[in-house]
Amino acid sequence: MNDLMTSLGLALAGGALIGLASALLMLLRGRIAGISGIAGGAMSPDTDDKGWRGMFLLGLLAGGGTLLLAMPQQIQAPDQPIWMVLAAGLFVGFGVRLGNGCTSGHGVCGISRFSVRSLVATATFVGVGMITASLIHG
Amino acid sequence: MHALLTLFVGWLFAMGLGISGMTDVSKVIGFLNIRGEWDPSLMGVMGGAIIVYSIAYRLIHRKRVEPIIEQKFRIPTRTDIDFRLVAGAAMFGIGWGTAGICPGPGITSMATGAQTSIAFVAAMILGMFAHQVLNARGQAAKAEPAKA
Repeated sequence: MNDLMTSLGLALAGGALIGLASALLMLLRGRIAGISGIAGGAMSPDTDDKGWRGMFLLGLLAGGGTLLLAMPQQIQAPDQPIWMVLAAGLFVGFGVRLGNGCTSGHGVCGISRFSVRSLVATATFVGVGMITASLIHG
Repeated sequence: MHALLTLFVGWLFAMGLGISGMTDVSKVIGFLNIRGEWDPSLMGVMGGAIIVYSIAYRLIHRKRVEPIIEQKFRIPTRTDIDFRLVAGAAMFGIGWGTAGICPGPGITSMATGAQTSIAFVAAMILGMFAHQVLNARGQAAKAEPAKA
């Protein structure tokens, strides 16, 4: 029970930071903080704003480095076989571009704007994610 | 200066992911796997983020007509719910449920240098690229239907 409360507290606090960072990106650059969109645009030939995208992604990596030093228990890589991780990565990469967003863009920013499109996408990937994880890891 | 600010925003985002538990694969799978000993705590991540962002988003748009660095706000305008949206989200769900990683935590976790983290992001980039190629082809075919 205590464990659950600690986890929930960390989840809420971390979530609030994610919300704050997303709000800053809107205030500074007028952009939705959708990681798949930022990353996809960084490698697309159709965008001419790769500079800020690269900086944001570099910031994520720097955050990863900080986490590794400050709270290494919070950052744990998958221990599934490599072929499974590769297959998952392919699905995630293709899926987020086809569906125009992931956990951040649809799940946080979209739902906050009361976008029904984002709500449908979020319900779908959380639902399918739960079914998949329950089948594979249950 | 602007670049550094953007770097900081990315850093803050990653710190939020890390503190919340989203970069801990076993935690994410514990949330998605409802057959096991279900750990619902990660619902708090979306909760905390939505509370802060939904308020901040409205404040920003009430107080300002343009962002600080760029010329204008770019807000998604689409409202249609089509096959691509649902199919894409479902594909993403399959990958997320399998590995326990979504794009943000994936990129953040590359800092560990772990083979699985790097492999995930490499495959994710390949998947994005595959979509880009197929999408461009689809649009070219649409523009030139006579050839088909």
